[in-house]
Amino acid sequence: MANGEGGILVYIEVTEGRVNRASYEALRAGQLIGAETGQEVAAVLFGQGIEAAAAEIAARQLQTVHLVNDAALASYTADGMVRAFQQVIGQTKPALVLLSHTYEVRDFAPKLAASLGRVLTGDCIGYRVDGQDLVLTRQIFQGKMVADVVPTGEKPWFVSFQIGTFRGDECEAGTAAVALTSVTIDAGEIRQKPEQRFKEAKAAVDLTQAPLIVSVGRGIKEQKNIELVRKLSEALGAELSASRPICDNDWLPMDRQIGSSGQTVSPKLYLAVGISGAIQHLVGMKGARTIVAINRDKDAPIFEIADYGIVGDLFEIVPALTAEAEKNR
Amino acid sequence: MKIIVCLKQVPKNDSVLRVNDEGTWIQDRDLSYEINESDQYALEAALQLKEKVGGEVLALSLGPARVQTVIKEALARGADRGVHLDDEAFKGLDAYGVATVIAAAAKKEEAALVLTGLQSDDHGYAQTGVIIAEQLGVAHATIVMDVEVQEARLRVKRELESGYFQWVSLPLPAVLTIQSGINTLRYATLKGIMAAKKKEISHYDAATLGLAADQLAPRQKILRIYVPQKSKQTQFIEGTPAEVAARLLEKLKNEARVF
Ligand SMILES: Cc1cc2nc3c(=O)[nH]c(=O)nc-3n(C[C@H](O)[C@H](O)[C@H](O)COP(=O)(O)OP(=O)(O)OC[C@H]3O[C@@H](n4cnc5c(N)ncnc54)[C@H](O)[C@@H]3O)c2cc1C
Ligand SMILES: Nc1ncnc2c1ncn2[C@@H]1O[C@H](COP(=O)(O)O)[C@@H](O)[C@H]1O
Repeated sequence: MANGEGGILVYIEVTEGRVNRASYEALRAGQLIGAETGQEVAAVLFGQGIEAAAAEIAARQLQTVHLVNDAALASYTADGMVRAFQQVIGQTKPALVLLSHTYEVRDFAPKLAASLGRVLTGDCIGYRVDGQDLVLTRQIFQGKMVADVVPTGEKPWFVSFQIGTFRGDECEAGTAAVALTSVTIDAGEIRQKPEQRFKEAKAAVDLTQAPLIVSVGRGIKEQKNIELVRKLSEALGAELSASRPICDNDWLPMDRQIGSSGQTVSPKLYLAVGISGAIQHLVGMKGARTIVAINRDKDAPIFEIADYGIVGDLFEIVPALTAEAEKNR
Repeated sequence: MKIIVCLKQVPKNDSVLRVNDEGTWIQDRDLSYEINESDQYALEAALQLKEKVGGEVLALSLGPARVQTVIKEALARGADRGVHLDDEAFKGLDAYGVATVIAAAAKKEEAALVLTGLQSDDHGYAQTGVIIAEQLGVAHATIVMDVEVQEARLRVKRELESGYFQWVSLPLPAVLTIQSGINTLRYATLKGIMAAKKKEISHYDAATLGLAADQLAPRQKILRIYVPQKSKQTQFIEGTPAEVAARLLEKLKNEARVF
């Protein structure tokens, strides 16, 4: 990446007037890559009545905050966002557009990039500047392997980073100018009609306060085998939880799911049985004080964050652990 | 309603992955394959929609001859026809290229609705469905957990972050990316497997779809793939199951002090 040219544009996601915390991580990525490549950093926010959010971002170290205020953007739609973002890119001509890989970004960024003949290099977990290249690291095979990839087409390049890759709280403070940037969106162009956001009825079990959790994943193979892990949880006096496929199959109720679309827990002990450790699961439990993983695959990503690991067949280990726990009671 | 469901064939979840000689992808020798997880839910969603509003379900897969196994599996579960996209030029495409080819096939078939999984288990781009919509010029919704048909529109329930959901309506034709768990999967019956033998599979290559090489040119390149470095020191506990159990509980009590 040649010095100085183009600049970096960071997408700041605003939901109901508030900056999504993950956006600070994208901004931090922008500050770091900007410093390393000598590029200016700007940010852009879209919505209506979001001046406070823009002011919050303007108190960080960057050049300009582009505030796009438009009634057509009051609630998020993929069509509205892409139309608006295309125009901001046309006006600011960045070399690199950075985003955090949130659900919203997954919904519009591939379309935005494709509409400009580009592809998003998505869900990256690291970067390296190598001459003209920006080398990005992405997880493949659900975290069992990683790939170094480079965008090869024309700029701007579009890159999103996995949540947790950068520390949002390490964003340098500063003062940036807020520029009101206008776009034209014909309300008729927006095909999606969103309704109110809502939460399902409150979960019957609250795992967030549980001190001990035993969690079961697809390694358990069949519904009837869940009993094996339930017995272990009872012997340890722990709550039972699960990875998403277990709940997708209705083997355990939805409210026992841990992860990005389930509960986020931080118990003293999290014992993962037959769980591979995909990022969407890890985000829900990596705050646990002690993590134990039982998995027959020594390369399973769960071992990257486990304090104690047992490589072996859960059908042998779990009954032995249950027996031992019962003995100690 | 004519529905295309996109099914990707991926290495079985418990495959032992070995890096190829060039270091740029895995060795595909000796692998067994399955249908990508969320795509199975997309197939079920397509079959249920057809049962509700009538129409036809086309099971589409892009890849070498082996991906016809995936198409046949879908036909046995109840899809009406297969669409196999295969060409030398379709090898090693990125999400943009794959979506461009699938969009061309969807246009040729005049599908009203295209369903994909939300993310593939191998490349994990989480993009193909959204790019298909852009290439077709139709509306889309991602991470869908429920679908209602309302005349010329759909009303879909999207999963959002932090336990939120949102209903969104959009006009047909449309593309939806389906989240796992949206429904309960059905499996092929013997009758289904027999019936599938008589169902047709259409084969399209780049020429039939009117695609030129530069439309598919990769916009992103894999330099190398590797097993990630561990960041945390994991204490591995070894021994017979009984020994491992005793040691772990001792450590949890005296070292980690969780009890
Ligand atoms: C948008 C989105 C949101 C998601 N939200 C969530 C979420 O909230 N929570 C969640 O968990 N996932 C979520 N996922 C899914 C996630 O990506 C993974 O697919 C899922 O976590 C995998 O579950 P698993 O580890 O149980 O299964 P697998 O990945 O299949 O792992 C099974 C593990 O069991 C091991 N095993 C098999 N047999 C044995 C044995 N006999 N003994 C010991 N070990 C054995 C295997 O080695 C393997 O590591 C989400 C995905 C997406 C795209
Ligand atoms: N080669 C393929 N053949 C059929 N469908 C595919 C193919 N690649 C991707 N898809 C579809 O696109 C979805 C998202 O894939 P991806 O963008 O790679 O994460 C998958 O779940 C499939 O439904």
